Amino acid sequence: MLVMAAGLLSLPALAFGADATPPAPVEYRDVPYVGSRNVIWVIAQLHLLLAGFVLGVPLFAWICEVVGWKGGEKRYDKLAKEFTKLLTSAYSTTALFGAILLFLLIGFYPKLMNYLSDIFFPSFIVYCILFLLETATLYLYWYGWDTMQDGGKKTFHIFLGFLLNFFAFFIMIIPNSWATFQSSPVVLAEGSDIARAWAATWNPTWWPVNIHRIIANVVLGGYICGAYAGIRYLSSKTPEERSHYDWMGYVGNFIGVFGLLSLPFAGYWLMREIYQYNQQMGITLMGGFLSWLFILQAMLIGVLFLGSNYYFWIGMTYRIPGSDLKYKKQMLAMLVALLVCLGIWMTPHSLVASMEEARKMGGSHHPLLGVFGVMSAKMTVANLMILVTFMSFIMYWRAGKQETAGWATAAKVFMGLVLAVSAIAVIVLGVWGYFVPAIIRINYFSTSQVLVVLGVMLTITPLTSILLKSAKTTSEMVWGVMPPRAGYSLVLNAIMIILLMTLMGYARSSSRVHWHVYGVLRDTSQYAYSPALGYASGIMALCTFLFCMIVAFIFWVATMGDKAKTPAVASKAGLPHGLPAMAGGSNALDEPKTSKF
Amino acid sequence: MKGALVTPVIVMVVVYLLLKFVVPNIPGSAPLPFSVIILYMMLTLSGIGMFYTLSKDSKDAFWGPMERFLTGENIGGMQALRWGLLILFPLLVGWQTYSSTAVSDQPPGENRTIHPAPPGEYAGLSNPVAKTPDAIQQGKGFYAAYCSPCHGGNFDGKGPAARGFNPPPANFADPTTIAMLQESYLFWRIKKGGVGLPIEGMPWKSAMPRWEVELPDEWIWKIIMGEYDGAHQSPRTWE
Repeated sequence: MLVMAAGLLSLPALAFGADATPPAPVEYRDVPYVGSRNVIWVIAQLHLLLAGFVLGVPLFAWICEVVGWKGGEKRYDKLAKEFTKLLTSAYSTTALFGAILLFLLIGFYPKLMNYLSDIFFPSFIVYCILFLLETATLYLYWYGWDTMQDGGKKTFHIFLGFLLNFFAFFIMIIPNSWATFQSSPVVLAEGSDIARAWAATWNPTWWPVNIHRIIANVVLGGYICGAYAGIRYLSSKTPEERSHYDWMGYVGNFIGVFGLLSLPFAGYWLMREIYQYNQQMGITLMGGFLSWLFILQAMLIGVLFLGSNYYFWIGMTYRIPGSDLKYKKQMLAMLVALLVCLGIWMTPHSLVASMEEARKMGGSHHPLLGVFGVMSAKMTVANLMILVTFMSFIMYWRAGKQETAGWATAAKVFMGLVLAVSAIAVIVLGVWGYFVPAIIRINYFSTSQVLVVLGVMLTITPLTSILLKSAKTTSEMVWGVMPPRAGYSLVLNAIMIILLMTLMGYARSSSRVHWHVYGVLRDTSQYAYSPALGYASGIMALCTFLFCMIVAFIFWVATMGDKAKTPAVASKAGLPHGLPAMAGGSNALDEPKTSKF
Repeated sequence: MKGALVTPVIVMVVVYLLLKFVVPNIPGSAPLPFSVIILYMMLTLSGIGMFYTLSKDSKDAFWGPMERFLTGENIGGMQALRWGLLILFPLLVGWQTYSSTAVSDQPPGENRTIHPAPPGEYAGLSNPVAKTPDAIQQGKGFYAAYCSPCHGGNFDGKGPAARGFNPPPANFADPTTIAMLQESYLFWRIKKGGVGLPIEGMPWKSAMPRWEVELPDEWIWKIIMGEYDGAHQSPRTWE
């Protein structure tokens, strides 16, 4: 907030920076003390995070609405509406930050903005039109929710939801073309303005970033909605509220995990394209000074995987009575597998070692652990973590149910075999990858690993679904009995994904090093250097903190109306856990209940 | 219920002993740096915390004794230990602070950037020398003359002069070194040597000579071919 406030308060200083009779056009303006780059950095990151949220949430809000519409379950409709309520208040804030970012860019980087405007002006127009359409659709979608509930009106409302996502997708990919052009520009032949803009848009990293971002937005949206549900759960006062927000937290976590499973694949494709586009940029990212970011990335993704699985497992032990004993061994095995994989993922190729330690190792590569530091190992463990998380979900799905189909045993043996063979295949391909040329590993082995994992998901999901159709429920799912730490783990997941996005935002921008547009338009400002990783981490933490504050404010405003409608009935003792555990409250909810709310 | 606390302690001790004493003694291995041991220990601790808080019973069994000890509730003869911990903990923090700031003759740990990005003029260069048996053989000959004293006759970084260097010369037979790089990268590194490392390549610790002053480009390209062939590795390509 201080950086933002200082930046905004310093705007009048720009007038002094822009001299009345400059000898040449102004190329840069600065903010005293804070630095124009820092202001842009923070505002751009906040805008991107807000945009990720408002573009990711409509996707699953709409899916929830469709599920509720087709299945006839009203709670999905209510959930979709609640997601959309968060969206409406976040949407205007996103637009506001977009406008601030634009003004600051024009003010601080006129040379760059002039260059980009010259190329992309036609897409600016399209972007404005799309924004108008998106805004109108969102208003209709939200304000028409209650009136468009039946018959053809509901169908129209569903169509509006589709349009909302349709426009949102293009709103996302157009600015992506501007940003990716800066990283991977293409030669622009002479031609009409539209032809030049079109050629610049289709740059090598545009689609990889589009796919990566749309998945990341879903993950961000899912985890933030999960965190919202977690906080509402911790402060809920009635059993109905508790069970609703417990369920909402589950759905948020599920959506986050669903996206997370495919995110590493998209990230790998993006990095491959960057490497292929420019060897220098690829090495700076993956082998050079930015490579340390990927160790931090491994840690954050690892915590996300652990946090998501932990939430699944707590859900099983608390919501499904009897599951804690039945699945304890499986949970331990999965936890150990995740930790071993994470340990390998987080092991750098060049270890941090003192001179004495390095001497004993024979260099900065450990003779044994050094093999964990390269992509073959990282891809293998990432795929294994995805497999484990998927199995965690399947276990949750099957818990509390008894299969009755005659072929159930055969199906379960088959699924076990598929899983075991797939895990072995992923490991074999990973180890084999060390002994073949890099191109074989990248083009065939890594792709095969991804296909194997996708194959497992596409085989086991429908099989489980069919198997459970005829299953009888042995233990009813009890909502609203989760302990406080489940709510906190949802909040932790949200913070991890925000930190992850700020980290990767820095990586993507810094990979351009001293170029505004890589290899074309050089940064000649005083900030034409890459900030140190420690300094960058500070800004990332600041962005994460500010974003959490903004989101908390938006959610507070969005739910103000609800509080006015709800009569104040409960005292502190009526909270699910009295006072928060951190404040010394009791853990009354640690006692699993068998009653169903 | 006591087992719930005993087991995690045993697990932590076993993992530590494994990392500290077993892994370094595996043939071909070496002692692990402190940073890696801490990383793996933290992961183990996180796993223990997660596992023992999955259900109410295990959480109570795990956390209960610690909570009772910290609050001093019905711990009898353990009170002295509790007071001891109260004194010991600040002392430990003080010792850690002192040891991390005190003057020492040991240089700090380094996060070395082994593969900095090459300058633009080198990125994407392809080997102009045709890959023929003669060219590879010539490359191996040049390698034996100029490179093997450090990088070793077996391409394993164990040449007779290698013992004099810290960090030691690269081991080309390791599939995580030159097999990860394009030929153009090696061309740049051989030509410019340690003094030609860019800003990104901190802490710039390389005794590699700047071979451009002694060897023509064609020889360097042949050496690269000889290196890959001799180390049984293939360069990274995109086709």
